[in-house]
Amino acid sequence: MDFDLSPAEEKFRAEVRGFLDENLSKDKPRDRKFYQDWLAKVRAKRWVGFSWPTEVGGAGASLLEQVILKEEMAKRNAPPLGTSFMGLAWVGPGIIQYGTEAQKQRFIPDILDSKVNWCTGYSEPNFGSDLASIQTKAARAGDEYVVNGQKIWTSGAPWADWIILLCRTSWDAEHKHDGITCLLVDMKSQGIEVRPIENMAGGANFATVFFTDVHVPAENRLGEEGKGWAVTVSALANERSSIGEVTGLYQKLEELRALVKNTKKAGRSASGEPVLRKRLARIEARIEAMRLNGMRYLTKQLNGEPLSSETSVNKLHRAELEVEMGEFAVELLGQAGLQMKGTDGAVEGGRWATDALSWPNVVIGGGTPNIQKNIIAERILGLPKD
Amino acid sequence: MNFGFTQEQNQLRDQIRRFLDAKCPLPEVRRIANAEPGFSAALWKEMGQLGWLGLITPEAYGGVGLSWVDVVVVLEEAGRTLFPSPFISNTLAQSLILEGGSDAQKRAHLPDLVSGARVAALALLDEVDVFNSDGVTLTGRVEGGAFVVDGLKRFVADAGAADIFLVAFRPGAAGEVRVAIVERNWPGVSVTGCPTLDATKRTGSLNLTNVRIPAEQLLPFADFAVIARLQDRGAVAVTAEGVGAVEQALKITTQYAKDRVQFGAQIGRYQGVKHRLSEIFVDVESVRSLVYYAAWCIDQSPQALPRSASLAKAYAAESFPRIGIDSVQLHGAIGYTAEYDIQLYLKRTKWLRPMFGDQDYHYDRAFALGQTPVTQASSARA
Repeated sequence: MDFDLSPAEEKFRAEVRGFLDENLSKDKPRDRKFYQDWLAKVRAKRWVGFSWPTEVGGAGASLLEQVILKEEMAKRNAPPLGTSFMGLAWVGPGIIQYGTEAQKQRFIPDILDSKVNWCTGYSEPNFGSDLASIQTKAARAGDEYVVNGQKIWTSGAPWADWIILLCRTSWDAEHKHDGITCLLVDMKSQGIEVRPIENMAGGANFATVFFTDVHVPAENRLGEEGKGWAVTVSALANERSSIGEVTGLYQKLEELRALVKNTKKAGRSASGEPVLRKRLARIEARIEAMRLNGMRYLTKQLNGEPLSSETSVNKLHRAELEVEMGEFAVELLGQAGLQMKGTDGAVEGGRWATDALSWPNVVIGGGTPNIQKNIIAERILGLPKD
Repeated sequence: MNFGFTQEQNQLRDQIRRFLDAKCPLPEVRRIANAEPGFSAALWKEMGQLGWLGLITPEAYGGVGLSWVDVVVVLEEAGRTLFPSPFISNTLAQSLILEGGSDAQKRAHLPDLVSGARVAALALLDEVDVFNSDGVTLTGRVEGGAFVVDGLKRFVADAGAADIFLVAFRPGAAGEVRVAIVERNWPGVSVTGCPTLDATKRTGSLNLTNVRIPAEQLLPFADFAVIARLQDRGAVAVTAEGVGAVEQALKITTQYAKDRVQFGAQIGRYQGVKHRLSEIFVDVESVRSLVYYAAWCIDQSPQALPRSASLAKAYAAESFPRIGIDSVQLHGAIGYTAEYDIQLYLKRTKWLRPMFGDQDYHYDRAFALGQTPVTQASSARA
């Protein structure tokens, strides 16, 4: 065991830190101009699409360099490296892996330059966890597909320019996974209607997307017809180490510690309450476990060993923590914890109340805890499928 | 950056696993644990010859000069088969002598503890859940150049197996805590065995009736700070052994869930069963990561040890007993029988909970330490 970085890695970390010191000074307001400059600067550093091959405009960074960059950024609460989270996280990698040369040239530069925003059309009203049963139909007509159907819970759809869409092209495949095809669809196409859905926290970042006779050129098919499931699986597997995520959780833990220190419970300082102290330390143990699990899995990857489904372990922790940390705050604050933005008695602008209503983004998106438990049980423990 | 084991450590794991599987499978564990003296002197000596009893002791004193990470490798395997032995006590005693003893004391005692010729146990805290110096209350009167101790040390792990005891006491009621090497065969020293619910883990009371301790028996450098550091090493040790035990409990229970058919299907198909097994997997994986890191901290980052040991032990003490209970419960009535092995694992999970501090103590201590890594300069070293 050895937790030190190599001299080259240390040098890279120092470079990142120097850059962040220079560009994230506290007195600089994070306005529109700041963000535009930031995107141009990180692009010039080739930190956008950092791990992508140099042929498509990435930097071909090693796994550990990616981790260092992600972690240092998270520590300083840096803005994202691009406007399209999904474009960078899995649409880009999916196109790099499965796309044609023409698709790479057409889509990758715009993702790297934050010129387009992507969303992901997976879930449907009747098929969420059981994703392979989707019914949105793509019928081949000459050199086009005609798409009809409905997607739902599509995050980012209200402002997306493009959607990566899972459709069914075959209804008689022996295995339901084999009838699925992946299309890249312009959201401005005729026949697409986006209806934002308000969530319980009052936001509307997801939507229902209706497709009525939408014509999609066949050249926008990603991968082969009937092989869309493989594209999806590899996209979902593209999530790397959770180390950057852990830094964010530790920052939130520090905020909760400060909250405990500054809050009185029944007239006494909350930081002396054994039950609250224990509960926070319990949270800390889970975050630390995520950090160390992530490093163990990273070590496996660095040694060239494939990861099986171990990442589900940290996803389950993450889901539990998301709920538990939100609950901890509003429970601690009592009635003040119920106050939303702008009300009298709201703590920190009502952020904790909003927080406590926002966990489904993390807990449900990308596979519910029950699905993660199925994955561990079936793929790691070898228990029978249900 | 490498959070994994070396090739040598993996070989050590393979060797100890083969040794225990061949020489001490569970029927043998039961036989040894239920007879006197509660461990196998023959296997102990063999382990000594293989170098496994002196992993942390330098070669100059007969050991092999490795690290606590190597100790953890052995303990995980020992936990997997519930191997009954005074390994943890004997290793911690070496650690205490190494840190607190004189060179002469090291030369006099360590080679025997490493070879398996003699066994050492710890009789440190009188208040066994008070982990500050108030936990040591035994006093000794000063008489000539010696100390006379009259009292009782309760809950001494592996007391029955031990030839020497490391006894903490205060010379005079207001004296600073000291540690002495006390021989079992001295006048006034006796042991009363006190079986615990886990037959593979022996405990006893050490009776000290006007025992005269010559001054040269005191470890010159062992103050309470040394004892406190030893508690963290103990917490790491029992947690690592516990990881091996619950991993095996999960394996046994998972196999049962594949074999047992009810309502026309393997019970491992039902989510009520399979989801609990997945949760157990998450806890085992997580405590494993925490305890590996804590073991690394013992040698490489001692300032980070209190936090890392507390997080590992707290998580284990909280989750492992429940894993023991649910492993039995998922078996149904067969799990409740004495004949079936899973109940032995349940008992081990209860045994480890209070040892070197339970979850209430360790969670509270982690909170009080308040050292989360976001404020630290280096990412990996918390």
